[in-house]
Amino acid sequence: MSLDAKIPEGPLAEKWTRHKFNMKLVNPANKRKYDIIVVGTGLAGAAAAASFAELGYNVKNFCYQDSPRRAHSIAAQGGINAAKNYKNDGDSVFRLFYDTIKGGDYRSREANVYRLAEVSNNIIDQCVAQGVPFAREYGGLLDNRSFGGAQVSRTFYARGQTGQQLLLGAYSALSRQIAAGKVKLYPRTEMLDVVLIDGKARGIITRDLITGKIESHSAHAVVLATGGYGNVFFLSTNAMGSNGSAVWRAYKKGAFFANPSFTQIHPTCIPVHGDQQSKLTLMSESLRNDGRVWVPKTVETAEKLRKGELKPVDVPEEDRDYYLERIYPSFGNLVPRDVASRNAKNVCDEGRGVGETGLAVYLDFRDAIERDGRDVIEAKYGNLFQMYEKITAENPYETPMMIYPAIHYTMGGLWVDYNLQTTIPGLFAAGECNFSDHGANRLGASALMQGLADGYFIIPYTISNYLAGVPFEKVPADRPEFKEAEERVKERIGKLLSLKGKHTVDEFHKRLGKIMWDKCGMSRNEKGLTEAKKEIQELREQFWKEVKVLGANEELNQTLEKALRVADFMELGELMVDDALHRRESCGGHFREESQTEEGEAKRDDENFAYVAAWEYQGDDKPAKLHKEELIFENVKLTQRSYK
Amino acid sequence: MEKERNYTLKIWRQPNAQSKGEFKTYEVKNISTGTSFLEMLDILNEELTLKGEDPVYFDHDCREGICGMCSLFINGRPHGPDEEVTVCQMHMRMFEDGSTITIEPWRARAFPVIKDLVVDRSAFDRIIQAGGFISVNTGVTTDANAILISKENADLAMDAAACIGCGACVAACKNASAMLFVSAKVSQLALLPQGQSERKRRALAMVEQMDKEGFGACTNTGACSAECPKGIDLSNIARLNREYFTASVS
Ligand SMILES: Cc1cc2nc3c(=O)[nH]c(=O)nc-3n(C[C@H](O)[C@H](O)[C@H](O)COP(=O)(O)OP(=O)(O)OC[C@H]3O[C@@H](n4cnc5c(N)ncnc54)[C@H](O)[C@@H]3O)c2cc1C
Ligand code: SF4
Ligand code: FES
Repeated sequence: MSLDAKIPEGPLAEKWTRHKFNMKLVNPANKRKYDIIVVGTGLAGAAAAASFAELGYNVKNFCYQDSPRRAHSIAAQGGINAAKNYKNDGDSVFRLFYDTIKGGDYRSREANVYRLAEVSNNIIDQCVAQGVPFAREYGGLLDNRSFGGAQVSRTFYARGQTGQQLLLGAYSALSRQIAAGKVKLYPRTEMLDVVLIDGKARGIITRDLITGKIESHSAHAVVLATGGYGNVFFLSTNAMGSNGSAVWRAYKKGAFFANPSFTQIHPTCIPVHGDQQSKLTLMSESLRNDGRVWVPKTVETAEKLRKGELKPVDVPEEDRDYYLERIYPSFGNLVPRDVASRNAKNVCDEGRGVGETGLAVYLDFRDAIERDGRDVIEAKYGNLFQMYEKITAENPYETPMMIYPAIHYTMGGLWVDYNLQTTIPGLFAAGECNFSDHGANRLGASALMQGLADGYFIIPYTISNYLAGVPFEKVPADRPEFKEAEERVKERIGKLLSLKGKHTVDEFHKRLGKIMWDKCGMSRNEKGLTEAKKEIQELREQFWKEVKVLGANEELNQTLEKALRVADFMELGELMVDDALHRRESCGGHFREESQTEEGEAKRDDENFAYVAAWEYQGDDKPAKLHKEELIFENVKLTQRSYK
Repeated sequence: MEKERNYTLKIWRQPNAQSKGEFKTYEVKNISTGTSFLEMLDILNEELTLKGEDPVYFDHDCREGICGMCSLFINGRPHGPDEEVTVCQMHMRMFEDGSTITIEPWRARAFPVIKDLVVDRSAFDRIIQAGGFISVNTGVTTDANAILISKENADLAMDAAACIGCGACVAACKNASAMLFVSAKVSQLALLPQGQSERKRRALAMVEQMDKEGFGACTNTGACSAECPKGIDLSNIARLNREYFTASVS
């Protein structure tokens, strides 16, 4: 099978408009004859489900939480980008496009990214109309802030709760359609498989998380909007339930998985404090607008700080190394995330890290507070400072915050064409679970933009184009394809419950996470990756012999839910390692130690790796097959990224 | 520096909605003060699982105080003793070494227990479905800056919009009233120009649904706001009362 990205003809700026015109439509009276399944109620899922229903389609919408409002999009703090140029600082659709392509280290598709920048403005209009209370200036206009990797102010925000407000906006639109009877909601329901009939996606298998009931749902098309798989690493900023199962099951049914190893490590998280921790907390990147990142210049000073013999506020100016400002004078503390994270790792590896473990750097607001006053800083970041203080018992107004990088986002995901369709006809992927727009590194405030772009403004068009070619007839959910899939799901659950081993699911998850973090994390090399592959295989084998899952299927069983997710992570982890191994270049968040510039920056190899790696499942005991989608750049020139 | 502490836990166990629940006592040891409350329960659950006992079920997801999923009633207070945080953000340094901690689910007729500490809060979703939205279809909008909104009103709307839908207000109220939750959404939308045209219908429909779900009446004790992890202000209830009154008489 060859990969066709279905990029429309024509100049970049006209592709989407032309494509919208050329796509087939479904006549309004016929829309009610089509059923669409949407898995996920985050920004992408809720926006898509509400928009489909407004158009007249019948929607079934699923999430594992008790309410759609709790999807993990709710946790996004910092903001959402748009090319409104309200600040008149030279922003434009082209600049947002350019920054995103460059920020992604030239590993994303031009046409998709341009379209994303193009619809970004509609998103802000839509959200304001829904009542999203974005921050405003005294004159009543919308306010903006800056984010990493950009030299303009284009980020819209709602205090430190932008994701929450955007999601509640989408949730309100969804709620309206639920009330109108156009969307049927299935909360506390987990998708465990996709069902194909004649090669097309025609439904899913789910488990009711309260009763354990395994059910089949059929439809004319299926949309996955299930978020990222950062929890492969056990410790991450993702919600505890965030999982890769939906996309992994789709992969095993034939959907290609693109760039699985492209993960984002966020530079500003609260450092790990001990081995009892199960979740990491992000401190919004917006803090880098005013906070200055530093470590002591010498290892000796760092040691004193670690032992508590010296306080950070007492370290004199000349003993501090504001390393981001020093190395990258033009972007300073606002370099993209991959660069900021790697530099934090470097200074800690040199022994200049702080905190009890030596795995932390300072983010200092002293100068900002002196310059603007405490009130101004409090108005901007009050809730983040409060959150920090609750967790660490330290007051960031008085002593610098300590931060360290952590897993945050997955750029990789299901391969989709320009229409957001996977390689399985009728199966679409939107939001973080597809690979589409961020290349090898995502810029801050661009995931919310992408989720809503996909959900509100792209997939409603492209799915109509697909459905226009699908007959109205429904497939009954008792067809043998569904029954077989149900049986396989039940077998898997039965197997897990029968093992009665001696290790808990979390033990396995932690061990997997450690392998991934040490060997497929912030920096990767041939040797480590080769070891990781073997270790994951051994761990998986042990899991399927020795895991302990108590209770039954026919009840609320949180351990069983976790076990199913971890089982999938253990397969997905191996594919991530395969992908990282094969890509012998560094790009964005993927840093191969073998491929760096003299200054230690990521060195791309455009001649050999300017492609999307799309992996095809071949069977459990066979290696996945690599397909390459060559990336063609006609509108930007490939250069070594520089933020100096 | 972190210290290690021991606790006695009295936890409400209830196998399912139909059965009668009871308190069971557990001991946890060597819990570091920097451990979060839910991590402490994770540790307990690991131990229980290894012993072959059913782990304690509780709702949680983001563990950052924003999804509203966690919902524990600790020592007689929703989300426990710390001010303006959810239980997932609370750390064990809040609890003295050797103390006994009582953990219960939210208790309200409209939030039936599903298992142990997990309750059904879908009533909140149905209240939003009744009217907690602005009727605007995707793509049918004007430029975001076309309508100015004063910073003051935008900030007040944001204050109200900060509600995470956790239900602590209901759990805190002796009447199990949902007024604070409902008033937060009604206020947010009433304060914005976009929310004006449906203002009356919204207040009436949401209050009607709230009553239908079996939440109690509001007697202005203020316990809700005092226990709200997001500091949703009582003035929102006053605003809801005005909105409801105006809508009822016109
Ligand atoms: C702490 C944090 C802060 C962030 N801050 C920002 C920011 O400031 N700006 C920005 O642009 N981006 C930010 N991001 C990234 C951004 O929030 C996410 O990428 C984005 O919200 C993902 O949206 P989504 O709709 O794709 O998925 P999600 O919001 O994760 O939703 C996934 C949905 O799928 C459902 N689901 C998953 N698996 C299953 C299954 N098997 N069965 C049934 N349902 C399932 C879930 O229930 C949920 O409804 C942040 C991320 C984190 C973690
Ligand atoms: S008003 Fe406060 S306590 Fe009530 S649901 Fe909202 S956030 Fe929770
Ligand atoms: S787990 Fe999300 S608010 Fe506590």
